[in-house]
Amino acid sequence: MAPIIEVTHLSKHYGRLRAVDDVSFHVEPGEIFGFLGPNGAGKTTTIHALCTLLQPTAGAATVAGYDVATRPHDVRRSIGIIFQDSSLDERLTAYENLNFHGILYHLPRAVRRQRIDEVLQLVDLAPRRHAIVKTFSGGMKRRLEMARGLLHHPKVLFLDEPTLGLDPQSRSHMWEYLRALRAREGITMFLTTHYMDEAEDCDRIAVIDHGKIIALDTPAGLKRQYGGGDRLTLRTEDDAATAEALQQRCRVSVERSEEGLRIALTNGHAGLPEVLAACPSKIVALDLHHPSLDDVFLRLTGRGMRDTDANELDQLRSFRKKWNLRT
Amino acid sequence: MEPAYVTSSWPSLGMIWWRDLLRFSRDQSQIIGSLSRPLLWLLVLGFGLGSVVTSVGGLTYPEFLLPGIIGLNLLFASFLSAISIIWDREFGFLKEMLVAPISRTTIALGKALSGSTIAVLQGGLVLAFAPLVHVHLAWGHLLATLGLMALLAFACTSLGILVASRTTSFEGFGVISNLIIMPMFFLSGAMFPVDRLPSWLAVLVRLNPMTYGIDALRAALIGIHAFPVWFDIGFVAGFAALALWGAVWYFNRTS
Repeated sequence: MAPIIEVTHLSKHYGRLRAVDDVSFHVEPGEIFGFLGPNGAGKTTTIHALCTLLQPTAGAATVAGYDVATRPHDVRRSIGIIFQDSSLDERLTAYENLNFHGILYHLPRAVRRQRIDEVLQLVDLAPRRHAIVKTFSGGMKRRLEMARGLLHHPKVLFLDEPTLGLDPQSRSHMWEYLRALRAREGITMFLTTHYMDEAEDCDRIAVIDHGKIIALDTPAGLKRQYGGGDRLTLRTEDDAATAEALQQRCRVSVERSEEGLRIALTNGHAGLPEVLAACPSKIVALDLHHPSLDDVFLRLTGRGMRDTDANELDQLRSFRKKWNLRT
Repeated sequence: MEPAYVTSSWPSLGMIWWRDLLRFSRDQSQIIGSLSRPLLWLLVLGFGLGSVVTSVGGLTYPEFLLPGIIGLNLLFASFLSAISIIWDREFGFLKEMLVAPISRTTIALGKALSGSTIAVLQGGLVLAFAPLVHVHLAWGHLLATLGLMALLAFACTSLGILVASRTTSFEGFGVISNLIIMPMFFLSGAMFPVDRLPSWLAVLVRLNPMTYGIDALRAALIGIHAFPVWFDIGFVAGFAALALWGAVWYFNRTS
């Protein structure tokens, strides 16, 4: 099948800042595709370009077979978007927000009524349909926004940080909805996130940093390739003897550290029995660590996701402020 | 081949218009504000200045002032309604409209229509005070007045939207709209007759669309006017078309 999103050498520059820098990838129909990266990495800019809200500086992108630059109207009616910041009208009721959306997307009255009932059921907001949105909690607003994004049965659903600011319970609920939706409608989802556990739920992930894609694979594939393998931490009554024994008998690399011996294994579960059998001394403590996407990111960029949360534009601004103070 | 996608913009246009009316109806403070503002001007200016100015063209000063106050209220209300574009941008709702399969022109036009409807509703409230200053209207005059008000409001709202799509903050809009509203009001002859002004002032007054709007309102409400009514209407309509074109063009270009 032809890709539903195809991006070739896409760039978006703001003056000297390269928010998106020569990015290419494609998304298959029915896929849950994730953009993982710290704030300011270029995730939202990419989504805005794909949603026709931004003109790319260079390169091209097609969504549902339409070029975003030359056929924006066709792209717009093929996609649904859940923005990072709420874009509901809080002075209207849930029903009015949905009805407004249905009219903007040219749904006939009967279809509109039926679908509004449907999506409100889906996100558990049916009893609140005539309540003013201002009275909703953050999670409810998010769910209403999701319902609205689905109302016109888009082929692709874009979700920009869909669970930002939600409590863990609402987050897992939201993921349940998304998976159920994919199973039922076969809808393609393109989402951005800077939560590792959320990225784990995607079929494929593009890791993006400083506007460039630095790796693209399934979560398992990324961890296999960039996770640095499984790591066994072992503490025994005689670490020195154990280290020597293991290096000779199992041909594994062993490193001594404060927590005990660090043993690198290509496959932790399969390799563990052999290591334990070869161990000459009594084991005091044992920990098997599988690589996380955090490890992948650390390996790829040399820093953890948490260290890089400052927005690049903010950095630019604070730099300019400092400079102004000195002159 | 995919079938051609034929859809009408009218329902979307209607919805954009209706949404703003719904929002207005749910905002009590805006309704109260639109009532108190003209009442204050009419009473304070009308009866305050009225104690010095005894008559203008055979009319009492409050009578003479009524059309001007209606025009002023339309001008203010139109600009206030145009703020809703900035409001929508600030609270994200503009994005919902921008990614929908509708044209930028539909959005700008819908906003101009809703803004002028609300302005006419607010301006119309001043008409309720007409008996207070002894202006009594026949039905025909009332209809003519409402029609003129709609035209003037549409012109002012289009100008307001042009300004609003160029400014990104409420503060910026406030400053710029005051720079426009104040001269437009004071140079419109709302408070004085325009036929015996010093020439430098007369030039400015004659370039101002408000002058002609208020002149036409005077013809309908109190039966006096300085220019031919067809010219008044033509000037305001021309200005409205120009401002709307500017607003749509700018909105298309920037968002």
